[in-house]
Amino acid sequence: MTPFRYERAADAGAAVATLTATPRGAFLGGGTNLVDLMKLGVATPELLVDVARLPYDRIEVRGDGSVRIGAAVKNSLLAADPTIRTRYPVLSQALLSGASGQLRNLATTGGNLLQRTRCLYFQDVTKPCNKRQPGDGCSARDGYHRNLAIFGASEACIATHPSDMAVALAALDAVVQVQGPRGERAIPLTEFHRLPGDEPQRDTVLEHGELITAVDLPAMAFAARSRYRKVRDRASYAFALVSVAAALDVQGGRVRDVRIALGGVAHRPWRARHAEDALRGKPAGESTFRAAIEAELAHARPLEGNAFKVPLARNAVVRTLLELAEDAR
Amino acid sequence: MIAAGAIGAPLDRIDGPLKVTGRATYAFEYPAEHAGYLHLVQSTIAKGRVASIDAGSARLLPGVIAVITHENAPRIEISDEDATLRVMQSDAVAYVGEIVAAVVAESSEVARHAAGLIAVTYEEHEHDVELSAGRPDLYAPEKVNAGFATDTREGDVDAAFAAATVRHDATYTTPYYHNNPLEAHATVAIWDDDGITLYDANQGPHGILDDVASAFGLPPERVRIISPYVGGGFGSKAFTHPPVIVTVMAAKVTGRPVKLSLTRHQMFSLVGYRTPTIQRIRLAADAGGRLTAIAHEVVEQTSRLEEYAEQTAVATRMMYAAPNRLTTHRLAKLDVPTPSIFRAPGETPGMYALESAMDETAIACGLDPIEFRIRNEPEVDPDTKHPFSSRGLVQCLREGARRFGWEGRDPQPRAHRDGRWYTGTGVAASTYPTRRRPSQALIRAGRDGRYAVLIDASDIGTGTWTALTQIAAGALDVPVERVDLQIGDSSLPKAPNAGGSMGIVSWGSAIVDAARKLRARLRDDYGGVVPADGLEAHGETGKNPEAERYSMHAFGAQFAEVRVDADTGEVRVPRLLGVFAVGRIINAKTGRSQLIGGMTMGLSMALHEETVLDPRFGHFVNHDLAEYHIATNADTKSIEASWIEEDDPHVNPMGAKGIGEIGMTGTAAAIANAVHHATGMRVRDLPITLEKLFPR
Repeated sequence: MTPFRYERAADAGAAVATLTATPRGAFLGGGTNLVDLMKLGVATPELLVDVARLPYDRIEVRGDGSVRIGAAVKNSLLAADPTIRTRYPVLSQALLSGASGQLRNLATTGGNLLQRTRCLYFQDVTKPCNKRQPGDGCSARDGYHRNLAIFGASEACIATHPSDMAVALAALDAVVQVQGPRGERAIPLTEFHRLPGDEPQRDTVLEHGELITAVDLPAMAFAARSRYRKVRDRASYAFALVSVAAALDVQGGRVRDVRIALGGVAHRPWRARHAEDALRGKPAGESTFRAAIEAELAHARPLEGNAFKVPLARNAVVRTLLELAEDAR
Repeated sequence: MIAAGAIGAPLDRIDGPLKVTGRATYAFEYPAEHAGYLHLVQSTIAKGRVASIDAGSARLLPGVIAVITHENAPRIEISDEDATLRVMQSDAVAYVGEIVAAVVAESSEVARHAAGLIAVTYEEHEHDVELSAGRPDLYAPEKVNAGFATDTREGDVDAAFAAATVRHDATYTTPYYHNNPLEAHATVAIWDDDGITLYDANQGPHGILDDVASAFGLPPERVRIISPYVGGGFGSKAFTHPPVIVTVMAAKVTGRPVKLSLTRHQMFSLVGYRTPTIQRIRLAADAGGRLTAIAHEVVEQTSRLEEYAEQTAVATRMMYAAPNRLTTHRLAKLDVPTPSIFRAPGETPGMYALESAMDETAIACGLDPIEFRIRNEPEVDPDTKHPFSSRGLVQCLREGARRFGWEGRDPQPRAHRDGRWYTGTGVAASTYPTRRRPSQALIRAGRDGRYAVLIDASDIGTGTWTALTQIAAGALDVPVERVDLQIGDSSLPKAPNAGGSMGIVSWGSAIVDAARKLRARLRDDYGGVVPADGLEAHGETGKNPEAERYSMHAFGAQFAEVRVDADTGEVRVPRLLGVFAVGRIINAKTGRSQLIGGMTMGLSMALHEETVLDPRFGHFVNHDLAEYHIATNADTKSIEASWIEEDDPHVNPMGAKGIGEIGMTGTAAAIANAVHHATGMRVRDLPITLEKLFPR
């Protein structure tokens, strides 16, 4: 671990100013991923600006029915929040399927979005990795990539984003509120994380110094009927091989609206818009569900070691939608 | 055998309150004044030599006390059999993760930072790290682990196979496994005028003492190893590994106490692992479901540095009757770390393969797998031809079947559903040899009615503190409250390590011997009254002479119920039941813990555990507890272990068989067999991960 300085930010403006002035600095939330990466030598910030104590620790229902989640809200509190549990159960389920109780007690909403891939080569500084060291090559593509991307990967990088929470947020049309050196901006969650392209070192569209202050969930009545299904190698404490966040609005046996996002399959939470488009207005049933997700999976480009994720995602999506349709009866 | 007395009672752990209140001192926690902290630099290539080491900036870092490399490391004496311990004795690199430099600093943080500043360049040679059954350089070792013969042959397996009504010929594979005890390997080394003292996390201080003394040319009396509390070992703390040697070196170089605790990542290359295995099993049976031939041929690996040959096929030699028999072990020498003992070496991977093959052959014979095993029960040990001192396998199978509700089971695979889940049940046999090793012990009676029991035994979380106290109390015929046990210190009477399920029975035998001598002297020489300055007696046991006349093993039967998600192939194990024939249980509470712990390890092996080696680099890709998956609480539901009454007067004076390992032998096969029953799919390649099962 490289020595670093630590500062606790007085307010968001100061945090942004301090970090903007420190090119090799980083914000510190719960630290559940960043501190690990520092121990591994993957992250070597010279300054940590602790933002976990900034006053963004509330979950508030706003006048337009949307919900604003402060960036410092802990994962465990967000998962337990009654509004979230009733209006957006997919989010609560996603949070509870991730990490462990201890980690969720520390991890923040903003920090969760910014956790980095668990690609094993990325985490090993002795191996080439374009995300860690652009231009060094990708060790995973011809190596062990069982849990890496089937969608949207590039020659340079096949990493996946590890968050469960972000997958639910992608399905819920969440918007990330950001404060930066040039003021505030709002970024749709589905555009917040990037595809690797030829800049795999950039996980998100955030510029250096930009601070997440909140995540907004728009009102979405049918999200009260939503689910998170995580498929993994053991019953707890493992990253998703494939996960599905879905909300389904069925009226008179037909799909009126639907949201589907997949986790564990891409460099960002993968919103399955092809599948959603194929479903709207169609009868709710296994054959439509299957055809819809196959329309999405037609865009998958798996590698030898993760080809199983294609049928796995298909089966998990069909099953999740069937369960939601069953709930609707 | 000694009287029951305290033996068998479900006594709470004597060390429990100390541990849960943080007062049990583990190796790294021992205070050492003015200590330096050690951090290791490991090779990033699998084969070659260190071309240069630039430690300039590390040496300049404030707080750095010393940098050790092959250029300035103290010279040590290591035999060829332990070549892995030749730390930094040359520039040669033999595996990824080999120690090439070490930093001692005023804090562990500075040491780690400095280690990261050391630039090592290599002359890299082409490496060879891939095990396969078709390698032309496979060789037969002279012996396999624990001194067993490499091969055994009887009759003509090929002819019997050709003539058989039912033939089963399949290959089973198991991956790399890493031990991963919760407590990282740690050593604190302190030199003084008398010699060196180590506070060390190990499974047997005397073994570490011997290696350190010989490596550093010290008389044994100048080395002391102290290890009263150890946070798990699973075999990885049984032998001396390179980190112990380098810590002693660092203390010698700096003239200061030195502390080392490995990182989880470092534990994957420096303290052993289980070799992958490739096991071909052939079983031939007649029309009546009686085996006519059993062949178990194993391919596995060792390192280029030294030989470790896992005894994978040894259990197959005595499990079932058949006139024609063959077992073989072949090794490849690879550019990898040296494998070592891990969770019932031999029996665990071997019984996965054998008991899977038994299930497949029972099905091919149209027989219930329990009935098939009973039909092939041998009258005497088929390998040694000695009678069994006791053999409770059939009783365990029958008792387990009764408790599990096996009777009336529909054997049809893929025929049972509960909603979206396929359900199935499976059974397999367990076994583990019952051996013991020479041990000494000393008991000192005081005028206050208390008995000090001294022995260099180890408690790696298994319950030794409690079980030996019970044995001593039973042998002395006093309440356990009057026994003061001291273990985990090489200055105590010499004893073998905690390994091979031999700990309690070896140590206990010596304690019983000491107790008998003490009681005899007290009675005969002192009229039953302890003299003013106390009275002591040494116990000493050698090999068990009965082992020459009897075949001694523990047995068990394991039953598993599984559910397999029809959409995803995820496997869940709602129920495991084990019934064991293990002689007399010393402590019903800690004993049960050991058995269900073993079964949990078997579940973990069946479904989760696997270390992946990347052949391009020769390194282990997954090397932490997030990615090396061990079963979590959520993966274990009902796990029950029980035992049958078994009176075996031949094994040792307690009538006990070691139970540290039998719990995990056969578990993986029971689960794999249940998965086949549930899905109709036979997985012969562990772990049973979902992509091997779910419909494409």
